[in-house]
Amino acid sequence: MEAFLHQFLSGLANGGIYASIALALVMIYQATHHINFAQGEQGMFSAYVALVLVQAGFPYWAAFLLALAFGFVTGVIIERVIIRRFEHAPVLSVVVVFLGLLFIINSLAGWLFTYNVQAFPSPFPPGLGNRFLSAHEIGMIGVTLGTLLLIYLFFRFTPLGLAMRAAAQNPDASRLVGIRVGWMLALGWGLAGATGAIAAIMAAPIVYIEPNMMAGILLYGFAAALLGGINNPWGAAAGGFIVGVIENLAGAYVVGTELKLSVALVIIIVVLVTRPAGLFGYTIMTRV
Amino acid sequence: MTALLELRELGVAYGQIPVIHKLDLVVEHGGITALLGANGAGKTTLLRAICNMKVRNSGAILFEGRRIETRQTEDIVRLGIAHVPDGRGTFVHLTVEENLALGAYTRRDRALVAQDFERAYTYFPRLKERAQQQAGTLSGGEQQMLAIARALMLRPKLLLLDEPSFGLAPLVVQEIFRILRRINDEENVSMLLVEQNATLALALATHVYLLETGRVVMDGPASIVSDNAAVRRAYLGY
Repeated sequence: MEAFLHQFLSGLANGGIYASIALALVMIYQATHHINFAQGEQGMFSAYVALVLVQAGFPYWAAFLLALAFGFVTGVIIERVIIRRFEHAPVLSVVVVFLGLLFIINSLAGWLFTYNVQAFPSPFPPGLGNRFLSAHEIGMIGVTLGTLLLIYLFFRFTPLGLAMRAAAQNPDASRLVGIRVGWMLALGWGLAGATGAIAAIMAAPIVYIEPNMMAGILLYGFAAALLGGINNPWGAAAGGFIVGVIENLAGAYVVGTELKLSVALVIIIVVLVTRPAGLFGYTIMTRV
Repeated sequence: MTALLELRELGVAYGQIPVIHKLDLVVEHGGITALLGANGAGKTTLLRAICNMKVRNSGAILFEGRRIETRQTEDIVRLGIAHVPDGRGTFVHLTVEENLALGAYTRRDRALVAQDFERAYTYFPRLKERAQQQAGTLSGGEQQMLAIARALMLRPKLLLLDEPSFGLAPLVVQEIFRILRRINDEENVSMLLVEQNATLALALATHVYLLETGRVVMDGPASIVSDNAAVRRAYLGY
């Protein structure tokens, strides 16, 4: 029983990371109807920025915040400079652009920081841990839940958050009330970039940092977004925690650790076949 | 009276396809100008051209004497032009209150905006009952009211209305036109109204333009236009 509880809680901790990535994917999906395959690599690069700053002697949380700012700014720049030009491009072209971004960022990181696996510091004091969860896992749950809460409050209660929701839903009507839709999209990319950075920085002490660290996590995040509902941010976040728990329990009791990643793929396929809108999503009906 | 909005030799095209040719039109301060015409005459296109939405313009558009035809939609709104588009432009997944808040998005006078919520609810009491409801769950008439209320939240000088009667029951239409009349009387908001329902438009408007395939074929004060025999036959059916 104790082992089960341990696996369950540790799954929730990992789930926080998947939830953050899923939320970042959904933020961009809602505005553009595209999945940003480079989301994980953007986060990985921000984590490297944090690592470089820590190694240069910055206090952990200062490095953390600067890395978030880096993730935000690069997100905005990628949207403004690259994605903007493909606004009316066919879906496949956009997919190729995203894949291109993935490989460019990945190679850039390998070139700048090498492909060597490195340890990444955790800011949480070891005394925080208990017999079920390590200190980092507990801190990670706190940070990811705090992130989700902040994002929720931002979208729900601020005029800017409202304008971003409006711009994603109905760009034409948004322009008619004076919202600068282009900037709202860029801002969405920025927020997604910062959220992805948090996920990567929290994951790095567990999976260690290297340019490919986010490949599996992005897959889980994608499974989480689909499971919860790709058009429902809070469903996607909930999906993250569910996927985290399923992954850990399946790994411990069913398929073993070697096949853990295929659990994500199985979830993706089962959701797409049985309930494409996800658990909490809705199907968009169009009158014809 | 002086012109609030003036179109001079306006030409409008979707890509390479011309829709409106050398059109002159005036909306006076405090006036209600109606634009009548059949489907495809270019009425909706004309309103879009004023807001620089998805169309190519030639000629001049003057608002309060300044040329605005090259400005972006978002900036034209900030001059005080509120557009109630065809299809109403409702944010269907947001609440009624959030829709109204978006109408005041460009304003910074928070205290006055709070008052204007009350003003909107005075004109449209039904919206107050539904304030926390998703806008997509409203009836067609309520959504039209919401679209007008949202436009008013801008405190506009000019209201562009694209077929506010479209698809609504006659009683609802009468109510909406009564409220438009009140808004014009009480707040001196000028209006440019596009309508297919000529009877309604002629009753509300001070000045009328008849549009056929992108050209003005007749214009004048509403009372004179509605007495014209040809207009009566073509648009009023008697």
